[in-house]
Amino acid sequence: MSRRVTTWVLSGASVVLFAFFVFPVYWMVNTSFQPNNEIRGSELHFWPDNFTLRNYETVLFDPGRTPFLPAAGNSLVITILTVVIALVFAFLAAVAVTRFRFKSRRTFIIAILVIQMIPGEAMIVSVFRVIDGWQLLNTILGLTLVYIATVLPFTIWTLRGFVNGVPAELEEAAMIDGCSRAGAFWRVTFPLLAPGLIATGVFGFIQAWNEFIMALVLNARPEMMTLPVWLRTFLVATGTTNWAGLMAGSTLMAIPVIVFFLIVQGRMTSGLVAGAVKG
Amino acid sequence: MTTVEPALETAPSAVEGERLTAPPGPDASRARRRRGGLTPYTLLTPAMIVLALIVGWPLLQLIVTSFQRFGRAQVFGAPPEWVWFENYADVLSDPVFYGVLARTLIFSGVCVVVTMLLGTLIALMMMRLPKGFRLLLSVGMLLAWAMPALTATVVWGWMFDTAYGVVNHVLVNWFGLEQYFQHSWLIDPLSFFFVAGIIIVWGAIPFVAFTLYAGLTQVPDEVLEAAQLDGAGGFKRFRLIVFPFLKPIFLIVTILQLIWDLRVFTQVFALQDIGGIRALTNTLGVYIYQTSIAGGDFGQGGAIAVITAVLLMSISIYYVRQVTKEEEL
Repeated sequence: MSRRVTTWVLSGASVVLFAFFVFPVYWMVNTSFQPNNEIRGSELHFWPDNFTLRNYETVLFDPGRTPFLPAAGNSLVITILTVVIALVFAFLAAVAVTRFRFKSRRTFIIAILVIQMIPGEAMIVSVFRVIDGWQLLNTILGLTLVYIATVLPFTIWTLRGFVNGVPAELEEAAMIDGCSRAGAFWRVTFPLLAPGLIATGVFGFIQAWNEFIMALVLNARPEMMTLPVWLRTFLVATGTTNWAGLMAGSTLMAIPVIVFFLIVQGRMTSGLVAGAVKG
Repeated sequence: MTTVEPALETAPSAVEGERLTAPPGPDASRARRRRGGLTPYTLLTPAMIVLALIVGWPLLQLIVTSFQRFGRAQVFGAPPEWVWFENYADVLSDPVFYGVLARTLIFSGVCVVVTMLLGTLIALMMMRLPKGFRLLLSVGMLLAWAMPALTATVVWGWMFDTAYGVVNHVLVNWFGLEQYFQHSWLIDPLSFFFVAGIIIVWGAIPFVAFTLYAGLTQVPDEVLEAAQLDGAGGFKRFRLIVFPFLKPIFLIVTILQLIWDLRVFTQVFALQDIGGIRALTNTLGVYIYQTSIAGGDFGQGGAIAVITAVLLMSISIYYVRQVTKEEEL
């Protein structure tokens, strides 16, 4: 087989693969803009000929269902709190393990790696009981605490890599120029860490936004639900009778994640590679 | 990675001059790490407190509960009875548990093999694709990667819907396969896991492909060219040069995939909501949920959870060791 033919075959295959990866996303959006009675017809519509926003109206404002907006609000508040607090805590910890030498430093880093490997499924029961014991079931605070703990290990590990990447000489130079140690860190190293903080923050955002099991168990009350639990409630309530509505809900839930993901995708790959290959 | 380092230290030659990198030298930041008295401990405190409260304490509780008879009554305050290994004995003598375990192991195994195979092929393919097509494929994979697991499951569930799903429609009307008219994909456990497998593999390939592709771009061209001059064919070059170079990345990605697939919850759980038979399609994660949260037997659920955790931790030991070795903590 000549080189040209190979290239053509590969290009053809890549188009097929592209279709395989994109089709579900396209089909979700496509269905969400079609009237529900039409998608239950005998014809397939690869384009929303009878374009409608009815499904989005149903999802957003129909009083007969568990409302979308409060769930979206809960998700947003919990996610933002998680990201901000986890970033601060992880940043402090990352500075400690990169810039200081102390006893049990190695133990702490290994513990971080090991904690990451404990399956959340195994922990749901005991986390449920602990949170219940603190009277924090169905609260913003309870779920936020759990999410902070969930994203902390990864966040610490990744930020550690970023802080390590900024040479300590830079800080020392600033100190020679008259900065205090904290001042040098704040003015020199911190600005250089901005990309790292953004990438890690987005990762935490996606994790918290998508998290399903803990939310299902801890915040089951309708007014305290997050979006994934809301989507599941919608699914169980309508069964397979309102696919168009379900697709509208899915689209609304997926959009923020997809947008964020595309923004940081370059860093995401390198960050995750560093995260996967180097931890 | 250590295999390529000697190349960096060889004497500079005129031809290779422009490619030379500065010798790595001693790690400056490590040498300058200082003792800070109590400062590092203060910096670690917030993270430690959260982890101790939300991971440490529940973990302890989990282990304790797995030795107790702990049902709904105990949740409401009745004192639990200490039963030593009774829960474990119950679980380990329960054929249902072994069914779930075998199902989980086989299902994850198949998912990992398929994901790694396709991911590797796509990564190799991306090396040889013209730029435009490579970009196209990358965008497609990014979209799949970004889809939340739950929405992905709901969407695939709709595509495989019995009455109006696009899959049945296409199979019947485009390919004339009449047996797929009103065909239910989720009732039969085997076909349920076929659909679940597609959802998982679809979502997992992008990570594998991108990671391996990133690794492949690091394989030095000179070595490949030299091998080609020496008469090594494409497959031979892959087996003798590319694969050994990629091996550490490959192993770690495989282990991560295995851990993630063994833990699978969302896809199976949501697919059961759409139309599977729970008792026949439970995997470990879902089974823990069914036993404890839905079934109210926290003691036995705890025992299953501990067994699952031990299983996963023993697999991840390799990963942790590899990582700590590479990082030279």
